Amino acid sequence: MEAVAEELRQIAPAKLAVENVSKRFHTGQGITHALDEVSLQITEGEFVCLVGPSGCGKSTLLNIIAGLEEPDSGQVLSDGKPISEPGRDRMMMFQESALFPWLDVLGNVMFGLRLKPNLNDKERREVARFYLKLVGLEKSTRSNIHELSGGMKQRVALARALAPNPRVLLMDEPFAALDAMTREQLYGDIQTIWQARKKTILFVTHNVREAACLGDRVVLFSPHPGRIREEFRIDLPRPRDINSVELAGYSSAITRALKNYVSEEVAE
Amino acid sequence: MKRLIASAIFFLALLGVWHALVLAKIWSPVLLPDPKLVGGYLLDAAKDGTLLQATLVTMKRLLLGYAIGIVIGLPLGLVTARFKFAEDTIGVLALGLQTLPSVCWVPLALIWFGQTEVAMLFVVIMGTLWSVIIATDNGVRNVPPIYARAARTMGAKPLYTLIRVVFPASLPFIVSGMKQGWAFAWRSLMAAEIYVTILTGFGLGHLLHYGRELNAMDQVIGVMFVIVVIGLLADKILFSPWERFLHRRWGTGKV
Repeated sequence: MEAVAEELRQIAPAKLAVENVSKRFHTGQGITHALDEVSLQITEGEFVCLVGPSGCGKSTLLNIIAGLEEPDSGQVLSDGKPISEPGRDRMMMFQESALFPWLDVLGNVMFGLRLKPNLNDKERREVARFYLKLVGLEKSTRSNIHELSGGMKQRVALARALAPNPRVLLMDEPFAALDAMTREQLYGDIQTIWQARKKTILFVTHNVREAACLGDRVVLFSPHPGRIREEFRIDLPRPRDINSVELAGYSSAITRALKNYVSEEVAE
Repeated sequence: MKRLIASAIFFLALLGVWHALVLAKIWSPVLLPDPKLVGGYLLDAAKDGTLLQATLVTMKRLLLGYAIGIVIGLPLGLVTARFKFAEDTIGVLALGLQTLPSVCWVPLALIWFGQTEVAMLFVVIMGTLWSVIIATDNGVRNVPPIYARAARTMGAKPLYTLIRVVFPASLPFIVSGMKQGWAFAWRSLMAAEIYVTILTGFGLGHLLHYGRELNAMDQVIGVMFVIVVIGLLADKILFSPWERFLHRRWGTGKV
């Protein structure tokens, strides 16, 4: 019991610092500058959305923070310590749910917990159930993955990412493949969960409205080479409604800026 | 239940046709014995223990060789899928030898090992091994890379990822490869047993062979029947549970 309580304890969210990170890829058409001297400070418990057209390196930055890729130069610090490999303090959610079809829902959420020492199987199951309840899927613990809708799959993926109690949640366009209704529901849920579980969240999207709805801050990227162009602070109370008029004001301002940078690039 | 009845009617009808053909006396009873005679042979052989004895000898060879083939083949398949060097060596070898009908191993096995159990085992292993290597290799290559990435972000190290992610993710391929390996092993063992007498054990293939030598058609057909039943049982006992699990989890197999 104690182990479970310890596991569900609120841990302090981490502070992230991206310092002069550059990353190049060699492709068939030559060299792509995915990231060029990118620096970004993220405070503890902040919800930051990275927005930009495809090819602007926002996903690459997320992968580097996750420890899945290494920068060519520069570094990322988590609470002052450089990141060199994946760690349970940073969990990632992908556009495809990346759930494992050979495990049921509970098994998937328990996968990350199995890699945690100091927990026995019963405790793991309890922790997994807690997070499945948090995402509203306590009734589907024994379902097979193929039986779930797209939205439910992403909820399971969210529970799986939350279960090891990370300090940072990295989300790579997690709602892009869902229908509008499901997405709107998830916007509400992710805000509630973020407030309840105190995580630092980095959220990549190309949907400006989504970014304005979720982020404390929206960071705008432009491609070729991938750079940060502008930042927008969203001063709206939570929970926010994606359809609200105030939100529309923010998102049209961001869209305008985005169009500017894209046309600038075309003119070059 | 309905399906069971349909099956029963079909096979009873088949027996009926057979019996009718015998009654029609188109062929000599030496060539086509009555189903009753075949049944009689099976009953006698079951009673005096020859059938059970032969089945045990054959199954022991088959299961042992098959198990060895899988134990060697699975890790080799993982290795060929992961390392270029292994792919260019063992992978190519497996691809080549898989095209060799496994009964072609029999002469070589006899020269190398003589008329011994080892020769039988060798043939069964050769029948299993290459298909298992290729299926495992193929399965690993078809695992979506995102699974391994997801596992890595959750703190899985490479070996853990291989065993707990890559391996189960390849199961649909591996199981079908194991099934193919089983079929190859079973066929080659029968061929080997018919082909040569092994003094240490008298298997089903030998029983079939001596049926021919004695011109005992009831024995030939009876043993063939047993071989078919064993094949069916193996499918139901060894593979059906796996396939049901895969279909349930992956949501496949429903049209």
